[in-house]
Amino acid sequence: MRRLAAALEDFGQMLFFFLETLAWALRPPYRLELILSQMAFIGVGSMFIVGVTGTFTGMVLALQFGYAMKQFAADGYVGGSVAVALTRELAPVLTALMVTGRSGSAISTELGTMRVTEQIDAMDSMAVNPIQYLVVPRVIASVLMFPALTMLFNALGFAGAYVMGIYVSAIPEGPFLEHTRQIMAPADIWHGLWKALVFGLVVSVVTTWRGYSASGGSRGVGEGTTRAVVASSIGILVVDYAMTLVSVAR
Amino acid sequence: MIEVNDLWKSFKDNPVLKGITLSIPAGQTYVVLGGSGSGKTVLMKHVIGLFKPDRGSVTVNGVELSGLSGKALTEARRVFGMVFQGAALFDSMTVFENVAFPLREKRRGVKLDEVRARCLEKLRVVDLGEEVLERFPSELSGGMRKRVALARALVSDPQVVLYDEPTTGLDPITTDYVDGMIKAAKERLGVTSMVISHDIASAFRVADRLAVLYDGHLAAEGTPAEVKASKDPYVQKFLSTWFEKQ
Ligand SMILES: Nc1ncnc2c1ncn2[C@@H]1O[C@H](COP(=O)(O)OP(=O)(O)O)[C@@H](O)[C@H]1O
Ligand SMILES: [Mg+2]
Repeated sequence: MRRLAAALEDFGQMLFFFLETLAWALRPPYRLELILSQMAFIGVGSMFIVGVTGTFTGMVLALQFGYAMKQFAADGYVGGSVAVALTRELAPVLTALMVTGRSGSAISTELGTMRVTEQIDAMDSMAVNPIQYLVVPRVIASVLMFPALTMLFNALGFAGAYVMGIYVSAIPEGPFLEHTRQIMAPADIWHGLWKALVFGLVVSVVTTWRGYSASGGSRGVGEGTTRAVVASSIGILVVDYAMTLVSVAR
Repeated sequence: MIEVNDLWKSFKDNPVLKGITLSIPAGQTYVVLGGSGSGKTVLMKHVIGLFKPDRGSVTVNGVELSGLSGKALTEARRVFGMVFQGAALFDSMTVFENVAFPLREKRRGVKLDEVRARCLEKLRVVDLGEEVLERFPSELSGGMRKRVALARALVSDPQVVLYDEPTTGLDPITTDYVDGMIKAAKERLGVTSMVISHDIASAFRVADRLAVLYDGHLAAEGTPAEVKASKDPYVQKFLSTWFEKQ
């Protein structure tokens, strides 16, 4: 009971932190150079891991769907099935999980270290709000880069599926592409990109909060990072479920 | 002018400050002495509004800091410069970027040449030169980091400077430099200073007024002569550790 109360209080503090972040995001000065450098770190820096994950996911999906659908001669539909699975579900979720592991943990550790070594206090003492300087650029960069990385995942995933489908499973190219066009609609891509945007928000708020509120030396920073990664991952899955439910029910 | 009035603060069930009252007149240097863990840093962080008191108030130039938050608090901090105990340099920035930070934030769009000249001027005061500008804090010794932190706190010519153990971990020569800096800032620029220290020698050299913090309250408070003559047993013991050596 006491732990539940503590968890709720912690969640409440995080929501308050999020509102404060929103307020500081709207106030000048707008620090474009900080947003760009975070976009480079979160976005460009994650291209490799997201690209590799996307390519392999697309390849494996094509092989598995091909294996299953061949049994009733439906393997012409492999391309379309893969495209829908990628764009609506796997690209946003796997991208978010990968970026959480790579950049989210780094954000949490960096801000946590700055907190326990008084760098955040120092910034405050120089009349620069640390939420505005440190948190806002990371949140904005994440909200922009998660969808961009998801598009990269989509593109490389479908390319991987194409190569496997045509050259390994020997599916004729005509039906492969034709059925993809029939099965997948632009709305499916949008659905996945909206998810990615919300994941970017969830991951960046959770990881910056865990860093910003760290205490207890380097051990506390490590614990905060672990909690940030766990909470972000669960957050991604829960939000994914909720957004999928709403979209399918409609 | 800084007024601390009946300040109380505890963390969970650890009472740290139990009714501190002190007043620092404009242009004077006030030193707070005390053993480690006595709450000196907590007291100083209340003065700049990094902690909120449980009870009591902190007033700086007539503005009650303890009642402010958000943008208003950020604005109110413009009069301060603070040197943190562990230097607290931004480790993702070079020495130049660190020292330039308060200048560039105070006046956005200020020219690079001007910023550079001001930074070098302040670094020279702490006996550092051009060669450190492009280094990162992790490439400096502890004493050098501390001196860079001093330069950073003074670069925007603040009215009030807070020093959290500025000479701890410095060699005697650099300690002399730092004492000299604190005095020069007062005499030439009229800066109000609050210095936290457990270096008694250095404290008596720079202080206009002194206080000894013990068990959450001020065990002695006044001019250096008054504090030296205090009958409080803790103060006697604390000061004797140093005066006996003379
Ligand atoms: N942010 C904090 N949270 C909880 N306890 C704190 C915090 N800051 C300081 N304390 C406690 O307050 C007491 C005084 O600390 P401090 O002011 O840093 O001592 P010092 O006189 O050495 O500067 C210590 O017992 C410390 O554990
Ligand atoms: Mg201290």
